[in-house]
Amino acid sequence: MLAGVARGLADHLRVDVIVVRALFVVLTFTGGAGIAMYAAFWAFVRSDAAGTDVPEMSVTSGAEGVTAGGHRARHDRLGRREQYLALIALAVGGVLGVQALGLGVPGPLMWPLALAGFGSLVLWRQADDSQRNRWRAAVGQGRPPALLTTILGAALVIAGAATFLGYHEQLSKVRDGMLASLVFIVGVAVITGPWWLGTLRALSTERRARIREQERAELAAHLHDSVLHTLALIQRHVDDPREVQRLARSQERELRTWLYRPPPGEEQAFGRALERIVAEIEDSQGVTIEVVVVGDCPLDDKLAATLQAAREAMVNAAKHAGAAAISVYAEVESGKVTVFVRDRGQGFDVDTVPDDRLGVKESIIGRMERHGGKAFVRTAPGEGTEVRLEMTPIMARA
Amino acid sequence: MATATPVRVVLVDDHRLFRSGVRAELGPRIEVVGEGEDVASAVTAITATVPDVVLLDVHLPGGGGVEVLRTVLPVLPDVRFLAVSVSDAAEDVIGTIRAGARGYVTKTISGADLTDAVVRVAEGDAVFSPRLAGFVLDAFAATDVPAIDPELDALTQREREVLRLIARGYAYKEIAKELFISVKTVETHVSSVLRKLQLSNRHELTRWATDRRLV
Repeated sequence: MLAGVARGLADHLRVDVIVVRALFVVLTFTGGAGIAMYAAFWAFVRSDAAGTDVPEMSVTSGAEGVTAGGHRARHDRLGRREQYLALIALAVGGVLGVQALGLGVPGPLMWPLALAGFGSLVLWRQADDSQRNRWRAAVGQGRPPALLTTILGAALVIAGAATFLGYHEQLSKVRDGMLASLVFIVGVAVITGPWWLGTLRALSTERRARIREQERAELAAHLHDSVLHTLALIQRHVDDPREVQRLARSQERELRTWLYRPPPGEEQAFGRALERIVAEIEDSQGVTIEVVVVGDCPLDDKLAATLQAAREAMVNAAKHAGAAAISVYAEVESGKVTVFVRDRGQGFDVDTVPDDRLGVKESIIGRMERHGGKAFVRTAPGEGTEVRLEMTPIMARA
Repeated sequence: MATATPVRVVLVDDHRLFRSGVRAELGPRIEVVGEGEDVASAVTAITATVPDVVLLDVHLPGGGGVEVLRTVLPVLPDVRFLAVSVSDAAEDVIGTIRAGARGYVTKTISGADLTDAVVRVAEGDAVFSPRLAGFVLDAFAATDVPAIDPELDALTQREREVLRLIARGYAYKEIAKELFISVKTVETHVSSVLRKLQLSNRHELTRWATDRRLV
């Protein structure tokens, strides 16, 4: 209940927690041994975050550690108030118990002692907490240390000590004594200060180095899986320029996406969807498509149809135009989406396209008109081809 | 457009392979007079040779292409810079243009197109790749906030049309034909957009570029 010692012991020995607690209580009345044992267990047995028999939790324990830490954190928050109540009860009980046993300490001195004792308990519990905090920080859910509790605890200890001394000596002597102590503490701080600072700095330097090392390892792993792999493939396909071009292009795209990760939530947007289609066609057709998108908006059914029509136009350009490069330009402006697909290939005569060729008529023009949009094809033999698609999305936004 | 004397060019790129590739691809109209592989060596090469055009890599050890522009332009204001990059990240591109480069092309550009771009920059014109045109359209359309300086902070209808055609993959000659204007007029419009891009104080411009960190 106080620091989880009884619970921990019970778990370890596989007996009911009540039994352990009862044992402690009984031992307490036989000369206070129970309290001493409890304190000893608390101080020397390290609690582990998972609450199981794992001796120490390491950063690398991964997902299991994270869930365990989260679990424990919830547990703590629920039990916090009860723990403090238990602390107060323990302090009061301790005082009464000691007085009842008549250990020879004069009555008036007991209360300041209890005050100081309670304060130090709070302080130590806080230290216990911040240790757990460190573990929690390691699994990514740290909490600022409870400064207030620390100050409160320290104030209690000092007040208790002062009152205790006040009963013994004259108050002025207390003041002198405290002044001397203060001077002593400041002296120690000044002397050991540089060492503490140095240790802290070394610690943070070491931590930064470790983070950098982790980042480097992640980068190396990624480059190994992607770029090195592609380079090996390219060397094996030196005789096939088309394949080499395709490999290089798709690797370039992959690396680009990795380097300039899109902000989350834009995956379902029109611009991203268009870029995905372009990537797919570059891969399957072995052409280079330069895509420029201005503005963006969420995807809906009408725009999905527009993307399908644009896809058909790109495939046509890749297959029939004989052009090395295709330009795609999409623009979202004042509630209207316009897509241009252009190649500088051989072009064709619209009138000579046989009626059974469904590509342009059905997949592009027909599809756009069915969804309330428009499609225009501009081409002439030797002039290249440009397909223009216009659509007003359902959720038209300015 | 053909010039009698070849255009003198300094190549600045930290990849030796890329420099030798570009050197081989550039046509006879261009003479490479120097090379640089980082900011310091680039500044040395440029001040020693005073070329017509510097082909400047955006990502360069020692501070990036922007640093070269900041060091050289105050001393040699007549040297023209054309930015070349694989990055395509908006903040890099807009940053380099605003530091004084007169154009931006991607490294995948063909040798013939690169030669054209260099000659164009040497003649004092601006060179916009489709992607840069897209960035500019996007940046100037980003908000409906009223412009502080209407002359600098907004594009005219005509400039918008020209940029749109560049983004669609049209060459200047094709744009001229499409809009029934002369190539010279197209160049004037593009130069005017470049000036706005460099001088406009629209704070959205910078913020937009940093916000938009994707390709």
